[in-house]
Amino acid sequence: MTVFEIRIHSRGGQGGVTAARLLALAAIHDGKYATACPFYGAERRGAPIVSFVRIDDKPIKIYSQIKKPDLIVVLDASVMDVVDVLQGLKKGGRVFINSAGKKDFSGYITSYVDLTGISLSEDLVVAGSPILNTPVLGALAKMGIISVDSAKKSIREMFSDERNVKAAEAAYKELSS
Amino acid sequence: MKKIATGNKAVAEAVKQVQPTVVAAYPITPQTEIVEQIAEFVSTGELKSRYIPVESEHSAMAACIGASITGIRTFTATSSHGLLYMHEMTNWAAGARLPIVMANVNRSIGPGWNIWAEHTDALQERDTGWLQVYVSTVQEAYDATLMAFRIAEHNDVLLPVMVNLDGFSLSHIMQPLDTVELGDFIPPMHLPHAIDPKQPAGYGGLTGPDQHFKFRWDIERSMRDSVKVIEETEKDFATRFGRKYGFTDDYQCDDADVVVVSMGTLGKEAEVAIDILRKEGIRAGSMRLRWLRPFPKLNLNGKDIVVIDRDYSFGFGGILATSIRAQQKIDVYSVIAGLGGQEVTYEDIAEFIRKRRLGEEFWFGVNDRV
Repeated sequence: MTVFEIRIHSRGGQGGVTAARLLALAAIHDGKYATACPFYGAERRGAPIVSFVRIDDKPIKIYSQIKKPDLIVVLDASVMDVVDVLQGLKKGGRVFINSAGKKDFSGYITSYVDLTGISLSEDLVVAGSPILNTPVLGALAKMGIISVDSAKKSIREMFSDERNVKAAEAAYKELSS
Repeated sequence: MKKIATGNKAVAEAVKQVQPTVVAAYPITPQTEIVEQIAEFVSTGELKSRYIPVESEHSAMAACIGASITGIRTFTATSSHGLLYMHEMTNWAAGARLPIVMANVNRSIGPGWNIWAEHTDALQERDTGWLQVYVSTVQEAYDATLMAFRIAEHNDVLLPVMVNLDGFSLSHIMQPLDTVELGDFIPPMHLPHAIDPKQPAGYGGLTGPDQHFKFRWDIERSMRDSVKVIEETEKDFATRFGRKYGFTDDYQCDDADVVVVSMGTLGKEAEVAIDILRKEGIRAGSMRLRWLRPFPKLNLNGKDIVVIDRDYSFGFGGILATSIRAQQKIDVYSVIAGLGGQEVTYEDIAEFIRKRRLGEEFWFGVNDRV
């Protein structure tokens, strides 16, 4: 496998950086190498931000930013109004959107799950915002990026509230394979 | 257990294991998460240090000096402007022969205001008598911090050590981290000239023109002796924990016609460039300089040398390039790249090597006359 590159779009405070961390940790539990990094700029709560994850079978030596991702994860669909989330996405690459409604991009494999709905139904709300970074791991497991076991393991290592795992399981079930 | 950590957390984890008696730090920007994490370890009792939050980096180093002279282990961390604000005291720490360990997150100096990676901050401390090591992975940040204490406190060294990690590109990136069981890897600290109330002595007294140069020479003698101590420490670390380090991290250098020299994370990115060039039939190698002080004797005989400086000495040149040119007595291709976090990819590095012009200087991304 060559390095698999993921870009996560979210807004400051939504947990995009933690999602990147959870994903990288799960990949490491799968026996792979992974790095996760936020793009640090003038970060403000609510402003669109990106974070990056690289997964490979061998140690990762690349520190420069991901320009041609294999997968785009959009945790907040509203950023698509202000940011070209498809920028640089490899031909035939995959887009995952946290959304209740279907959205297609020609030339790409698009899938979606209502992570916000799942989070609200599990009452996973912190400071008025639904938690998205743990349910998204279920969707990523369904896409085959990480194993289900490693997804659950990394969530449990970072969060003691078991509802996070339940939300990931729900997202796993909802995403059509 | 397999862990994931940022460069900042990895340094804090190492400090927790080494258990310095005093950590003194300025807790506000440009401070790093290293000290935030250490403060948390102290509050939970995992780290039994006395944590002294002070009002400036100058005071942070002064507090470390005051603590260290009593013979106890000390640590601090800073970054960019914080390091420069310490400058008077960093000189004092080395001159007073105190084995203080400091982590510095390499970030640019303003203005213009910029918070990203650059090595100019630590390189402005180059001549203070501190040992300086530059790391390139989260694992190495952890390992180098552990080793720094043993090297600094060795009786043949007794000089402070600065562990440098690139701002954001390493301080904030999350990578796998294996922690070790330290055992007796770091012996208890013994400072021969520690303050002892039973044997009163004068400290910081006047050293006249007939004495001062002897103390300066003594720093240089220890700096030279530190080479052996670094080698021994890194060798013992490899034996105990299985990870090998040296003065440089060489990748495909042996048969190389051209070698790119750099420091920090750019040195890892360069290895990817080497893989690309090798496929094109170009015999290239990468030498990542780990120890800047003491500066190692590099073996680059007969090779073209491309040096990437993430720093600059205005009016003269890239600090690495000019150092290597002086030591090797040959022309190098000097590339100035990555200043203030400027994006430099492995493709860019491959291009530097392909289009090298020995004897010239190239400012990456600048179109003006250079």
